[in-house]
Amino acid sequence: MNPEKVVFGFFIVLALTLNFGFFVGELDNPDHHHVYELFAVIVVNLIATVLKFGDRTQMGAVLLATSLVALLQLFAAALVWTLAVHVTETGLTTVTMASIVSLSGGAMLANVVSVILLIIETVMLRR
Amino acid sequence: MNNIFFLIFRRMRAPLLTLVMTYSIAMLGLVLIPGRDADGNVWHMDFFHAFYFVSFMSSTIGFGEIPFAFTAAQRLWVSFSIFFTVVVWLYSIGTVLALLKDETFQNALTERRFAKQIKRMRESFYLVCGYGQTGEALVKALTDRNQHAVVIDILEDRVNMLKLENLREYVPGLCGDASLPEHLLEAGLKHPLCEGVVALTNSNEDNLMIAITAKLIHPEVEVICRADSHDVEKNMASFGTDYIIDPFDAFALHLATAIQAPCLSLLQDWLSLGQRDMLNDPVYPPSKGLWVICGYGRFGKAVYDKLVREGLEVIVVEAEPEMTGTPPTHCVIGRGTEADTLTEAEIERAVGLVAGTDNDANNLSIIMTARELNTDLFVILRQNLKHNDAVIEAVGAEMVMLPSDIIANRIRVLLGAPMQHQFVKLVLHQDDEWACQLISRISALVTHHAPEVWEIAFSERESHAVCAFVRRGNQLTLGELMTDPRDRSSKLPCIPLMLYRHNDYILLPDLDLKVQKDDHLLFCGSVYAKNRMHWTLQNENALNYILTGEARPEGWVWRRLRKREVT
Repeated sequence: MNPEKVVFGFFIVLALTLNFGFFVGELDNPDHHHVYELFAVIVVNLIATVLKFGDRTQMGAVLLATSLVALLQLFAAALVWTLAVHVTETGLTTVTMASIVSLSGGAMLANVVSVILLIIETVMLRR
Repeated sequence: MNNIFFLIFRRMRAPLLTLVMTYSIAMLGLVLIPGRDADGNVWHMDFFHAFYFVSFMSSTIGFGEIPFAFTAAQRLWVSFSIFFTVVVWLYSIGTVLALLKDETFQNALTERRFAKQIKRMRESFYLVCGYGQTGEALVKALTDRNQHAVVIDILEDRVNMLKLENLREYVPGLCGDASLPEHLLEAGLKHPLCEGVVALTNSNEDNLMIAITAKLIHPEVEVICRADSHDVEKNMASFGTDYIIDPFDAFALHLATAIQAPCLSLLQDWLSLGQRDMLNDPVYPPSKGLWVICGYGRFGKAVYDKLVREGLEVIVVEAEPEMTGTPPTHCVIGRGTEADTLTEAEIERAVGLVAGTDNDANNLSIIMTARELNTDLFVILRQNLKHNDAVIEAVGAEMVMLPSDIIANRIRVLLGAPMQHQFVKLVLHQDDEWACQLISRISALVTHHAPEVWEIAFSERESHAVCAFVRRGNQLTLGELMTDPRDRSSKLPCIPLMLYRHNDYILLPDLDLKVQKDDHLLFCGSVYAKNRMHWTLQNENALNYILTGEARPEGWVWRRLRKREVT
């Protein structure tokens, strides 16, 4: 067992599960989506991205790409949240909540791809 | 991509992960700990402000407590956080910057930049491996003729020297081992515009490796090698290296020519001089009597063989005969710097002396001592280091042999003027009287500086006017071509040295000869003549004036008016 692979797999799967946790619930209902969850998703995704640095295989390159996509979507979601609450001070209306959650939904798709790639790699290894 | 990039990214993992972790812990703490706003109500910091606060806390320790003054609990948390975030910030940023400044990483970046530069080359170039004395002289000569070069050298200092050199063309340089194929590839060995590879490194093995690599990877490329052992030369020739230059053999041959035919060797000298060099006087090495050779190394052996073949009596002085071997004739053991070894070698009755050790100080000392014993010596000096020029000149030897200059000169002619190279080779078969006549004709054309030697080709691109004229069925003689396009009653100061037609070389072609398309001609003369002749070749009006003596009207209107006048 390679401890590096354990940590690697752990963070990639955790990124997906947390992302899913934030995403589920009514799309435009602010009560169903907590800001702490978004924070955790961003932090875990950041860690997962950094862990993918410096892998010279083709698989590593695609994994890094999916993580970067997820991060981009999550940063956009956080930015929308900050703008709505602190800059324009309109508060969390159903419209903003819907766009935040759908952005995180996109990030979740990227995380799903990450996990699928991870599974494929594991299956191909056959050890 | 180079491995080093992945390695650098991989090493960035730890500092970046620590940074992410500490930031998120500090932020989470600030968000969770309740504070109080201006009115005393319970208030939780949001993630946005927490991120803002932690960012400036870790890098600058703060612009104050925002948006409201902190409670005691918040201050406790912040005082912990300050320590770990600041330390982590310094560690992470420091490590990442150190990684980016890593020497191997920077070298990899420079190499990539260099490879990109070469890929973008749009003009043909020569790849020069080894930028020592020879490489320097060669690159200078090439760029002076507006040819391009790319340089590889193993020492960084020498590559940096390239940037300081005041060259007419930009010459990219790479610091690396030229015997490694990857460096040769980066320097453009596979580039379609790479005309030739010149291997000039100090080591025979490296030159051999460069030649093999070049011939295997890009067989059409011209490969020119420096070598100073006969074994390596044979090896190089076996796989088709185009030219192998041995400075010692080259000089020995030159010396033998000078003994047999002084004019011939002077002619060779003059034609291979650079543009701004002064003309040198002929040397007359004595062809009868005793020669003393000090040093029986590679140079001594080459000279010895030639002198013995000329039928001269030779005595060799060598300090370490067990290392170099001994000649079949008489050999004196000693360095030659002392009077008694030279006396033993019968310097008093000698006519010539060759100071040929691999140490400049010893060579100078040999000459000084020998001159005291015998004032009428013809002295040949082997110069090993270029920067000893001043002392070498002061001692006033009749012939100086500097390997780097000999090689650079050879290669310059070889690469820059292939016809000239061929001419010098063919001239060797002529007798000395022929050469003496040509020398006196040349010296009538030029004053103090070396004659200009140039090639012309009768192709559409290089001599448009002449080609168009011949295509219309007209005939043009060589003599007409040499008329001054400013004043047709005078001839240009130049001599046609050689004509190349249908794989045949004609030395000193007749002036009545009719030129044909695809002929190649080699001229020598003054710079003025060269420029004027190019004018005739390309400009139809100039050509017309030479042939008819009238200036034809150039514009459309004038041509119309002229037509009316005639009718």
